[in-house]
Amino acid sequence: MLPVNYYLALAIVLFVIGALGVLVRRNAIIVFMSVELMLNAANLAFVAFARFWQSLNGQIFVFFIMTVSAAEVAIGLALIVTIFRTKDSIDVDQINTLKG
Amino acid sequence: MTFQLFLFSVLAFVAIVSALGMLISRNAVYSALFLVLNFATVAIFFLVLNAPFIAIAQISVYTGAIMVLFLFVIMLLGAERSGAGETIRWQLPLAIILAIVLLLEAGYLLMNQKGLLSAVTTQPPVNFGSPGQVGAILFKDYLLPFEITSVLLLVAMVGSIVLTIKAKR
Repeated sequence: MLPVNYYLALAIVLFVIGALGVLVRRNAIIVFMSVELMLNAANLAFVAFARFWQSLNGQIFVFFIMTVSAAEVAIGLALIVTIFRTKDSIDVDQINTLKG
Repeated sequence: MTFQLFLFSVLAFVAIVSALGMLISRNAVYSALFLVLNFATVAIFFLVLNAPFIAIAQISVYTGAIMVLFLFVIMLLGAERSGAGETIRWQLPLAIILAIVLLLEAGYLLMNQKGLLSAVTTQPPVNFGSPGQVGAILFKDYLLPFEITSVLLLVAMVGSIVLTIKAKR
């Protein structure tokens, strides 16, 4: 197996790309996809460390992260659909009022 | 070792390019498809790292369920090309500077970890990461979190139905 550093470096790069997507893009769905990318980068680091320490606990955590992100996607996309119905846009710059 | 390095380089290249494609492409459908490619390459990394169960779960949950949901919502809303309005002028440069700072910080911390530099030579135990072993740990040591997860999924299911249901007037 390659040194764990390689996988961590890849995870860092993917995480930073995801963070950049959250900061730059204004389409709420793409912002959401960037959050998924960041979660996935964390998963990669978890699995790399699980292999490094020969312990399955890391893989269990990845399993839980996947569950949480599935729940998050369901709720988030429902929110996006609701916002689109009231404002006819999912541009995050447009979502600046509390009143629907 | 050389073959592993070659495989890692090619897959890492594909993963990073697909992530950048997700970030850059103007059409949300292309972004979703780039993200599917990225998740698939990460699943191959999981296979290389002796995590076959997690790899298959990644394929079926992420690229199967989550991204289909994304594509469904994108096409339902017809919002492929949203986001062409006026922008804050300093948003893009500031975001790029902040991302570079984050990358440098994380890279500096990574370079300071001397213990992780050596290649891992030990072979993993037999059946490491197989569904049987993962399931045994999941249902012995992590039984309570697993049950809480089911409650979380139920809440998410009910919540998304409540959010999207149209109020009857």
